[in-house]
Amino acid sequence: MTTTTQSRADAKAAAAHAAYQPVDGRLLDVENLHVHFHTSDGVAKAINGVSFHLDQGESLAILGESGSGKSVTAQAIMGILDVPPAKIPEGHIRYCGQDLLAMPEEQRRKTRGPEISMIFQDALSSLNPVFPVGWQIAEMFREHRGLNKSDALAQAVRLMERVSIPGAKARVKAYPHQFSGGMRQRIMIAMAIALDPAILIADEPTTALDVTVQAQIMSLLQELQQERKMGLILITHDLGVVADVADRIAVMYAGRLIETADVYTGYANPAHPYTKGLLDSLPRLDQKGQTLAAIPGLPPNLLKMPPGCAFHPRCPLARERCREERPELVEVRPGRFAACHYTEEVLHA
Amino acid sequence: MGKYIVRRLLLMIPVVVGATFLIYAMVFAMPGDPLAGRCGERPCNPAFAAKFRADHNLNDPLPIQYAKYLGNLAQGDLGETFQQVKVADELQQRYPITTRLAIIAILFELFIGVLAGVLSGIRRGKFIDNLVLVSTLIVIAIPTFVIGSLAQYAFGLKLGWFPVTVSPQATWFELLLPGMVLGAISLAYVARLTRTNLVENLRADYVRTATAKGLSRARTVGVHTLRNSLIPVVTFVGADFGGLLGGAIITERIFNIRGVGGYIFQSIHSRDGVAVVGAVTVLVIVFLFMNLIVDLLYGVLDPRISHD
Repeated sequence: MTTTTQSRADAKAAAAHAAYQPVDGRLLDVENLHVHFHTSDGVAKAINGVSFHLDQGESLAILGESGSGKSVTAQAIMGILDVPPAKIPEGHIRYCGQDLLAMPEEQRRKTRGPEISMIFQDALSSLNPVFPVGWQIAEMFREHRGLNKSDALAQAVRLMERVSIPGAKARVKAYPHQFSGGMRQRIMIAMAIALDPAILIADEPTTALDVTVQAQIMSLLQELQQERKMGLILITHDLGVVADVADRIAVMYAGRLIETADVYTGYANPAHPYTKGLLDSLPRLDQKGQTLAAIPGLPPNLLKMPPGCAFHPRCPLARERCREERPELVEVRPGRFAACHYTEEVLHA
Repeated sequence: MGKYIVRRLLLMIPVVVGATFLIYAMVFAMPGDPLAGRCGERPCNPAFAAKFRADHNLNDPLPIQYAKYLGNLAQGDLGETFQQVKVADELQQRYPITTRLAIIAILFELFIGVLAGVLSGIRRGKFIDNLVLVSTLIVIAIPTFVIGSLAQYAFGLKLGWFPVTVSPQATWFELLLPGMVLGAISLAYVARLTRTNLVENLRADYVRTATAKGLSRARTVGVHTLRNSLIPVVTFVGADFGGLLGGAIITERIFNIRGVGGYIFQSIHSRDGVAVVGAVTVLVIVFLFMNLIVDLLYGVLDPRISHD
């Protein structure tokens, strides 16, 4: 890599980012987001009025079981939902003050990669099997920055080195199936951070990996986030991963946020019975030999949502009121929000 | 890769020997006397008959006949027909015509087929998709001789866009209409195969990644999805090309083309065993080579397939 190529690439990058500047450090504002899926069985309301925000350099973990809507939220922000069957009937997703949902498609497409980017759970199926990994990373520079083939490939090697792929230069022409799971995820990460995005969304980035590799990938993500001051949205159901990385947590259930808190208070003293149930279901060494606590029942069918609070059929605190009236997300302590009629009971339990 | 090719070439030897033997045995078992009708309305002169039988090894038992034939074949001699015409000469005349016809058919089915498949796949459920699905179904359902005769009548006779029949020179232009008729059914399969694979691949995770990378829709479909979707199509088209190089009996007859298919048909009719076996041997070899090329191409298109 020559210095001129590097500075040319940097200049182009700077120019590309100029259009979007965070307002008071606020990168992303999701407001009253709704996502519906139109299926032959009816309308599945996957997201029902979700609001949250993300600041520069902040990590937000979105927690929830499968089907809670956490991945759909991520895909809605990224703009990669299949429309149809998905539809966004209501809501705003503001990136640096500009509503992504109101943007012309071409303008929005250009935010994917340079402004917001995403890594996925299964890196093997998420990388194209018939193109070399270096080519796939270099494509970001060729398509968004107009770099020529060799300059783009040099950038790809630099990124592969940055995410600690051994022998990057020699392996730039290798195909995804020639890498191990952890290395593939590193390649996904290299591709996602290629254009210095302001927001990185990681959708269960470590679920498909074994435990030792999980830790390496998470610490790489954390390192890159601090180095580049990215906003990180971490979608996961792994509470252990969250505790290490996240600043704030947002817990989703049946397409709604039911609790948001900073990670310390949220873990130490949950305000919603569902969050408490999730935390209690973690195996703990000091309770070895005792029965593992589990939340009874299954998440509700999105086509047949229970009336009132969606969690009431599984909730140990459920009462008549829970069946009839849906609790709103309200501020229960300064900076903490929960959607439960009996928050105080949970907090004092 | 080199080792793989050598192994495949060596494997061809038993296949060619086995295939020619089967053909030879079948021709041997065909009822009827090759001498019948040879000498007009009367039986042949016994001396001529004896010489004819001896020249063509007709008195030997099957294994000896076949061994003699194979010995000649190994020296590159495909033998002589009962009319004293060298099979090799006849094939040399006819093979270029069949090849031209096959090339036209394959280009037609590949380009139009893939185009129709892609348009139909990216507009799933829309008008163009239904148009492609219904029209390909119709083409598949109609036998070649009907399509051929209709095309000849409409475009050759009525509209006069193309020559009605093909001259002995069989120029590219003359072979255009027959080539399209020949490729029509495979075109329908190529279109459907492309469509199915494209629709399937558009749901793949790596397509979602391509979208998340901020690539244009054209690039996502045209580069990322299409490359993966075309792998099975190439296999199909390659095998089809091998088949087309074996001649096309029906299409050749409709348009009066002097190709390989018609030659084999004629030879079977006149019980000319040497001609049948000679022509089929060449076809078997061509087909085997086409298969090898397809397999090698498969490895090029899909890096996950290794020939080492």
